[in-house]
Amino acid sequence: MDNLLEIKNLVLEAFYEDQWRPIVNGINLTLKKGEVLGLIGESGAGKSTIGLAAMGYTRQGCRIASGSINLEGKELFNASPEDLRVVRGSKIAYVAQSAAASFNPSHRVIKQYAEAPVHHGLMGHSQAEKEAIEIYRRLFLPTPEKIGYRYPHELSGGQLQRAMVAMAMSCKPDIIVFDEPTTALDVTTQIEVLAAVKEITEKMNKAALYITHDLAVVAQVAHRIMVLRNGRLVEENETRELIQNPKETYTQELLNVRSLREDKAFTDKMEIILEVKDVAATYTGDKNVVENIDLNVRRGRTIALVGESGSGKSTLAKVITGLLPANNGSVKFLGKELPRKLKNRKKQDLRKMQMIYQMPDTALNPKQTVRKVIGRPLQFYFGIHGKKADARIRELLVNIELDPDSYIDRLTTELSGGEKQRICIARALAAEPDLIICDEVTSALDQLVGEGILNLLQDLQNKTNMSYLFITHDLATVKAIADNIVIMLQGKIIEQGEKKKILTPPHHEYTDKLLASVPEMDPDWLDKLLKERASTFI
Amino acid sequence: MLKLLKQSPLSARIGMGIVLLNCLVAIFAPLIAPFGETKVVGDVWESFSPQFYLGTDHIGRDLLTRMVYGARNTIALAFITTILSFLFGSLLGFIAAAKGGWTDQLLSRVIDILMAFPTLIFALMILSVLGSSITTLIFTIAILDSTRVYRLSRAVAMDIEVMEFVEAARLRGEGLWWIIRHEILPNALPPLIAEFGLRFCFVFLFIASLSFLGLGLQPPLADWGGMVRENAGAITFGIYIPLIPAGAIAFLTVGVNLIVDWFLHLSSGLHE
Repeated sequence: MDNLLEIKNLVLEAFYEDQWRPIVNGINLTLKKGEVLGLIGESGAGKSTIGLAAMGYTRQGCRIASGSINLEGKELFNASPEDLRVVRGSKIAYVAQSAAASFNPSHRVIKQYAEAPVHHGLMGHSQAEKEAIEIYRRLFLPTPEKIGYRYPHELSGGQLQRAMVAMAMSCKPDIIVFDEPTTALDVTTQIEVLAAVKEITEKMNKAALYITHDLAVVAQVAHRIMVLRNGRLVEENETRELIQNPKETYTQELLNVRSLREDKAFTDKMEIILEVKDVAATYTGDKNVVENIDLNVRRGRTIALVGESGSGKSTLAKVITGLLPANNGSVKFLGKELPRKLKNRKKQDLRKMQMIYQMPDTALNPKQTVRKVIGRPLQFYFGIHGKKADARIRELLVNIELDPDSYIDRLTTELSGGEKQRICIARALAAEPDLIICDEVTSALDQLVGEGILNLLQDLQNKTNMSYLFITHDLATVKAIADNIVIMLQGKIIEQGEKKKILTPPHHEYTDKLLASVPEMDPDWLDKLLKERASTFI
Repeated sequence: MLKLLKQSPLSARIGMGIVLLNCLVAIFAPLIAPFGETKVVGDVWESFSPQFYLGTDHIGRDLLTRMVYGARNTIALAFITTILSFLFGSLLGFIAAAKGGWTDQLLSRVIDILMAFPTLIFALMILSVLGSSITTLIFTIAILDSTRVYRLSRAVAMDIEVMEFVEAARLRGEGLWWIIRHEILPNALPPLIAEFGLRFCFVFLFIASLSFLGLGLQPPLADWGGMVRENAGAITFGIYIPLIPAGAIAFLTVGVNLIVDWFLHLSSGLHE
C-alpha cells in the first residue's frame, strides 16, 4: 500500500440559494506515508472542507457529491457512520484552528486526551495517561508530568494548541489533518507549535495534511504544496520547487510578500500631530496596564506599534482615543492637550482622530446600510444631507475602490470581510481626519485581501497626507508600511525609532526574538531557527 | 411596507387576520352588539338561542354583547399596558447598558427592589392605596411588567454595547440617544419582539387575577379575564359559558404570536 490517502475527483457541494452548488470541484490528492501535504489558499478556497472530507466528514449544509476518498484501502464516500467512527481518531485525526474552543473547559486536559483511545478500546485509562505524558514531553510542553492535570484555561494558547496536537496523536493515527493550527497565535508562540508539528511528522513519521493561508508557514513543514482557489487546484508542486519557480500568477501573487513602500525621507521639520508623554493607565485601579509611554506621530507618517497580544497595544489606543482615561501623563493632539476623558473632548478633535478596527464584522452595525454608515459622519461633523451627502458617499466609495451603484444601498452584512474593512476606512475618511488609528486592521483578513487594504491605506496617505498609528503583531505588515516602529512588551515601550534603525542589528533582545520568529519564505528557516535556539528553547 | 405584507407567510397572514378581526370588533362594538353592555336581558346561564347567540352569563346578560365589549376593554388595556411597559423597560434598560457605572447601578438596584415583591401583592398594595381606576391599573401593571422588560433589554443591550460599532459611534462623539436609537435598538429588537408576544398574554391573565380579587376592571365593565372568573362556577354544572371568553383570549394570543414569529424571523435577518 503505497498511498495512505487517495482522493479522486472529489466534488463537494453546499446548499445555498435554494440549491446544491459545488464548492470543491474535482480535486485529486494523494498522501504517502510520512509525507506532509500543504493545502494553501484564501478563505473560501475549500481547504478546510477538503481536510474534513478526508475524514469522510462534511459540515452541516455540505455534502460529498461524487468522487472517491480512499483511506488505506477503505472507501469513505458513502461509508456507514459505524465504519467512519472506527476510522476517525484511530486512523486519521484532526487538529482544529482554535484549541481553546475545541477543548471542553470543564475537564482536565489529560482526561480529554485519554477519552479517544479508551473509547476505541486501544488501552486503559492509566496507560493512556502514561502515553500522554510521553507525548507532552516530545512536544516540548513544560512540566509534561503535571501539565495534563490542568484545566484548559490554565494553559496558554500555544500550550493548548500543542496539547491538542498531542490529543490527535492519542490513537496513533497514520494521518493528521492540521487545520490552520497556528493562525490564532502570536509569531513567537507559532514557533512552538510548528516545532511540535515537525516533531510529529519527521521523527514519528506521520503523514499530514497541513491547511493554512500562510505560505511561509506551510513552507516550513510541508514536502509538497497544493495551491487552491475557489475549490479548484491552481498549482501543485514540491515545496522548494513551488517557492522558487511558481508557475501560476496566483501563486506568484501569494509569494510576492509585501514590499509596498519606498522609504520617505524623514525630516525633523515634519509637524508632530500627536504627542504622548509619560502616559500610564489601568483597568482595575491598582496595576498599570501601560506605563511610561512616550511617543510622537508626525504628519504624513506611519508609526507601527508592535508587540505580542497582551502587550498593551490596544490599551494604549484606548488611552489615546480617551475610551480609557489615563491616570498619568498627557496626550497632545494638533498642539492642544486633549482632556483624558472622551466625553470632555471637543467634536472637532474627535473628528480629526479616527479609528479602524480589527474585526470589520463587529465594527459595522449589521442593521445599517453602507449609505448610513458613511453618511452619518458627514451629517454629524459637517451637516451634509441629502443629495450633497449622496454625492460625497459615492466619491468616498470610489476612493476605497468599490463601485458606488452596487454597494451604496447594501446592508453591511451583505459584504465580504475585505469589503467591510474598506467601508470602515471610508467611514473614517468621511470625517477627514489627520490621524487614523488602525488596530490590527489586516489580521482578520486573508493575505491578498489584507494586502489590498494596506495598499489602499498607502494610496490614501499619499493623497491626503494623513498619519497612521498602526497597531499590529504582524511584522510582515510592519516591514511593508511603517516609517517608525515602536515595540511594546508588557505594557512598556522597549524600543522605538525609524524602521531602518529598528530592523538592522544590533537589536534589543526582545526585538531580536520577535523579528526572528517571523516565518520566512525559506523551507529551511524553521530548522535553522530551532537549531539556533536548541540550547534555550523549551 | 406593502411589499413586506405581500411577502408575509400564511401563518403571519392568519395572525394578522385574527388581530384585525379582534380590533374591528373592538372598535365597532356598539354597532355589533345586540344589547347594551350592562343590560340584564335574560335568565342566568341560558343556552344558545336565536335571541342570545352565545347564551347569557351569571346574571343574565347577553354573552355575545359582553364578549364584544370585552374585546374593547381587554385588548385596549392589554396593548396599552404592554406597550407602556416596553417603553419604560427597554428605554431604562438601554440607558443602563449604554451609560453603565452609577446610572446602571442605581437603576438596576431600584428594579431589584421592585422585583423583590411578589407582583400580585405589590399590585394589590398600589391599587388599594390609589384606588382601582383604569389609568392606575394600566400604569401599575405596566410598571411591574417593565421590570422584566428592563432586565431583558439591559442584558441584550450589554451584549451589543461592547461591539466595536458602538465604540465607533462613541468615538465619533455621538450622544446617548443616537447610540440607543440607531446602534442598540435595531440589534436588540428580535428578543424584545418575542418577549412582547409573551408579555401581552400575561397581561390578560394578570388583569384577570386582579379582577378576581376585585381590584381589576370594575364591574359592570366587561373584560374577558373577568368573564372567565365570573362564570367559572358554571363549569361544575357542565355549562360551556366560561370557555367562550377563555377561548377568545387563546385565539387572540395565538394570533398575536403568529405575527410575532414572523417579525422575529424578519428581524433575525434569516432570509430563508
